[in-house]
Amino acid sequence: MKPAFVALLVSTMLLVISQSSANNGSGTHGSSGLQFHLGADTYAELGKAPAKAVNRTNPLENDPEAVAAGKLLFANHCAECHGEDAKGGRKGPSLRVSDVENATPGTLFWLLTNGVVRKKMPAWSKLPEPQRWQLVRFLKSRDRAAPADNATRP
Amino acid sequence: MLCKEIGLYPARIFLVVAIALVFPALLRPLRAQENPYFVAYDHNLEEPGNLEVEYFSTFGTQRAGNDFHSYWTELEYGVKAWWTTEFYLDAQSTFHDSTVYSGCKWENRFRVLQHEHWINPVLYAEFEDINGADKTLKEVVGHDTESDYATSNGETRREGKREIELKLILSSNTRGWNFSENIITEKNLSNEPWEFGYALAASRPLALKASAKRCTLCRQNFIVGAELYGGLGDRHSFGLHETSHYLAPVAGWNLPGGWTLRLSPGFGLNDNSHKFLLRWGISREISGFDQLVRHLFGAKS
Repeated sequence: MKPAFVALLVSTMLLVISQSSANNGSGTHGSSGLQFHLGADTYAELGKAPAKAVNRTNPLENDPEAVAAGKLLFANHCAECHGEDAKGGRKGPSLRVSDVENATPGTLFWLLTNGVVRKKMPAWSKLPEPQRWQLVRFLKSRDRAAPADNATRP
Repeated sequence: MLCKEIGLYPARIFLVVAIALVFPALLRPLRAQENPYFVAYDHNLEEPGNLEVEYFSTFGTQRAGNDFHSYWTELEYGVKAWWTTEFYLDAQSTFHDSTVYSGCKWENRFRVLQHEHWINPVLYAEFEDINGADKTLKEVVGHDTESDYATSNGETRREGKREIELKLILSSNTRGWNFSENIITEKNLSNEPWEFGYALAASRPLALKASAKRCTLCRQNFIVGAELYGGLGDRHSFGLHETSHYLAPVAGWNLPGGWTLRLSPGFGLNDNSHKFLLRWGISREISGFDQLVRHLFGAKS
């Protein structure tokens, strides 16, 4: 196969992908419904946080801008998998369930930091600590895109 | 070999592939959070299903020879949260000489531990199918010295090299800083000894808290740091004798839309090193690339 043909093939394929993406728009995100396959242990990792982590308090608890900043961080880094409204997407489960809403800030911070690498949730330690706490503030706030309609595990 | 076939039309192939791969990235709103390193690796892997398209350049001065400009395209894909794979196409232009394709590389990085620790190890394995004209200086190992790069492209491009490179990446994130240490070993699969090298790096965003408003010039989007890297000899003569070393400040700017710009002036630390290297790069993270490909091939939503 001639290299020029290979390059043309790759280019064409990627252009079609881009068009496909444009056509879909945000249909792969957000309120398209819970598409992530929920296993019995989807939220089990929350229970594995060590006591020291569970009891940590959010140092930005009283920061008036933390929720807004966390919302932006969520849109940039989390919405792709968990949906723009945090109700779950194709790759990540809903974060608007009792397991998450009842988790302590320290537990959520621990999970963000460590990820669940066996189950595709990356470790977000590359975000500086204050940004992870801002995300936790957002997750624990009621300032979500839409009111929670599902307070218990689906 | 695909690498050799691609090499028959270096400039056209390089340009077409680079442009074509960056083009589809104009769609998804996300902001990358990339480190500013050119040589060192940290333990942060690509998010699963994401594709990062990168273009990097290195301008290097050359005593007793012609200055050069090497460049490469990287396609980095997150296979799993613990496994990132990457494909490289390399080329270079030597002033007053020629432009040549210098080979391709395939690397894989594996996160060893599931949870975050004080030091986080990542294993790195790479296969390189390159020729002697390779001047990317993506790593410095063994007795690599400036004089190795003085030979004309006409001669060096005829020298084929198949190499494997292994790295132990150790990396820590603490108080906003990233500290990375890479221990490098490389072997030409012909009858040559194992060569060794190192890369050390540290970096930190200018601000640790995110802004509550969307912004491009906020301090949190800029990451600065430094890299120190060089060779450590080979199996028969381990040490600093006849090796080259570099110190390079690095800066990265994470832009909206998943773009990242990087810049790094590098300085040779001894007479065996190039006096000056100027590196720059642009990358774009395409989130949900796996879903796009599945959709393209008919998978249902």
